[in-house]
Amino acid sequence: MTVRRLINLKRVEARRIYLTYFVVILAYVICQTMSSTKILSSSMRGMLVPICAYMVMSVSLNLVVGISGELSLGHAGFMSVGAFSGVATAILMQNFIPFAPVRLAIAMIIAAVFAAIAGFLIGIPVLRLKGDYLAIVTLAFGEIIKSILNNFYLGVDSGGLQFSMLSDTTRLLQGGRLIIRGPMGISGIQKISTFPAGFILLMISLMIVFNLVSSRSGRAFMAIRDDRIAAESIGLDITRYKMTAFVMSAALAGAAGALFAMNYSTIVANKFDFNTSILILVFVVLGGQGNMLGGIIAAAVLTILPEKLRQFSDYRMLLYAIILIVMMLATNNAEIKEFLNKLNPFRKKEEAE
Amino acid sequence: MSKQKTKYITIPSKTILPERDASRKPVLECVNLGITLGGIKAVEDFNLTVGRTEIVGLIGPNGAGKTTVFNLLTKVYQPTTGTILLNDKDTHGMTTTQINKAGIARTFQNIRLFKNLSVADNVKAAMNNEMKYGMLSAILRLPNYKREEIAAHRRALKLLSIFDMQDMADVRAGSLPYGAQRRLEIVRALATSPSLLLLDEPAAGMNPSETAELMDSIRKVHEMFQIAIILIEHDMSLVMNICEGICVLNFGHVIAKGTPDEIQNNPAVIEAYLGRKKEA
Repeated sequence: MTVRRLINLKRVEARRIYLTYFVVILAYVICQTMSSTKILSSSMRGMLVPICAYMVMSVSLNLVVGISGELSLGHAGFMSVGAFSGVATAILMQNFIPFAPVRLAIAMIIAAVFAAIAGFLIGIPVLRLKGDYLAIVTLAFGEIIKSILNNFYLGVDSGGLQFSMLSDTTRLLQGGRLIIRGPMGISGIQKISTFPAGFILLMISLMIVFNLVSSRSGRAFMAIRDDRIAAESIGLDITRYKMTAFVMSAALAGAAGALFAMNYSTIVANKFDFNTSILILVFVVLGGQGNMLGGIIAAAVLTILPEKLRQFSDYRMLLYAIILIVMMLATNNAEIKEFLNKLNPFRKKEEAE
Repeated sequence: MSKQKTKYITIPSKTILPERDASRKPVLECVNLGITLGGIKAVEDFNLTVGRTEIVGLIGPNGAGKTTVFNLLTKVYQPTTGTILLNDKDTHGMTTTQINKAGIARTFQNIRLFKNLSVADNVKAAMNNEMKYGMLSAILRLPNYKREEIAAHRRALKLLSIFDMQDMADVRAGSLPYGAQRRLEIVRALATSPSLLLLDEPAAGMNPSETAELMDSIRKVHEMFQIAIILIEHDMSLVMNICEGICVLNFGHVIAKGTPDEIQNNPAVIEAYLGRKKEA
């Protein structure tokens, strides 16, 4: 009885939420067994963590685009803020906390905090704008973050943290270490990101987003998205809620960035450019705005696809584009949607009610 | 109708029905309210005092400035002249959001629902300011989240039951039939616990039996909540039946104020609606 009340499948939204959790857990279990029994090729194994990071990015951007209804084209910027601050934190803690998972967790939290601060600062001017203007300004801010990180130097020595802009003027003492080296980014990163960590981060972000959406804040986000004037007329603070969604989304993107970065030995700011922002937006649009599970699946498919298409060498990106177009058309087709609906295991219950 | 200047009939008392709420301060006082939109004085010298539990009708021909008055009251437009006192407080410089928190809720002429939310969520969204739990409680599903959500859901169903809509609670608001959408808008406005409710053409597009039903509902709301209501309406049977006081606007000016009987026999009103008899 208690279990039934805990998981109330009567409501459509509740069904969708539990289906999402279920699919993610199932996919994790399958991938984990496959990778431990070496069925998965090593190249695929190496992609598990980036896929998780992109899935979290997709969930995070979905909060802004799908739930809050604002088009953001600079999401990779928050990812890079998280990546750099997270990796720097991990490197600084290397000697204090030898246990890698704890170090990773703290790095992700710090990354989320820094990305949230960036989100807040950018949100102040950006959220005054609407629609297309907002999208273009977020694009610009994404590029600004990239340029700043490309010209940022951070070092540590016995005197503490030293940083400088444009050129390396940190003048570190003997035995100091230059962590962020401008356009060279960070190198010598310990690869402490693991697939289970990625899975946990994804589950946490799903929990945060789903629980937020079914709370008063989530209703406010969606009310403002559906009708701004009516939302004002019932006393909702438009700016406050838009900012909440934006900052929350930036924080999740930051954590994803830290996860992503600590899967590689070197990370540079140019990795998080406009193309990455668009790629994340494609996940959201392909998966359906506001549909978390769709976005997650789209993230997985579109990350694996370019790798699988490698055998076609020269035609790779052409095929990628064609498959993307076909998928976009197919997922927006009413007949195909109807067909997919027939496959839905919960559909019979709905009719019976 | 000719654009000749209409004669203004001034009514001595400021409150339309002063005897009704004589012991208490009025909920709303507009003094010399006016706004210029694109060089045109859309509303000028608008004076209106509404008692605490009064139902006031705001009528007038199309383009008379009725909706503009609502937009001024809810600060969708900031008035260029005059003051609005709400519960004795000057509302100067307030935003629409603050106005709602201060006690004015409204519906819209062209329905503005949150179409992708369920009916219950539309109502619960309007209760946002009453709920106090923070984001952390929401994310971690703490006990106060559950308590407040359950209380809000109960209250939403109770409000919906005024209009017999409690069975539609889980339906998507955008897929409701037209009449139900209009009623839901009223429920949503009521959910913010206003002291003054503004209804912008609540009966527009309804057939006579639906209008009669709506009339009963408005009466019920008025009795249950003991609030003031201002309604804009073209359906004269509705206005004359439920309004205690009526204010007539034409070309942005108040041309008459009074009880339904007085208004029905007021020559300036008849002229505004039907035009002047051609003099031979």
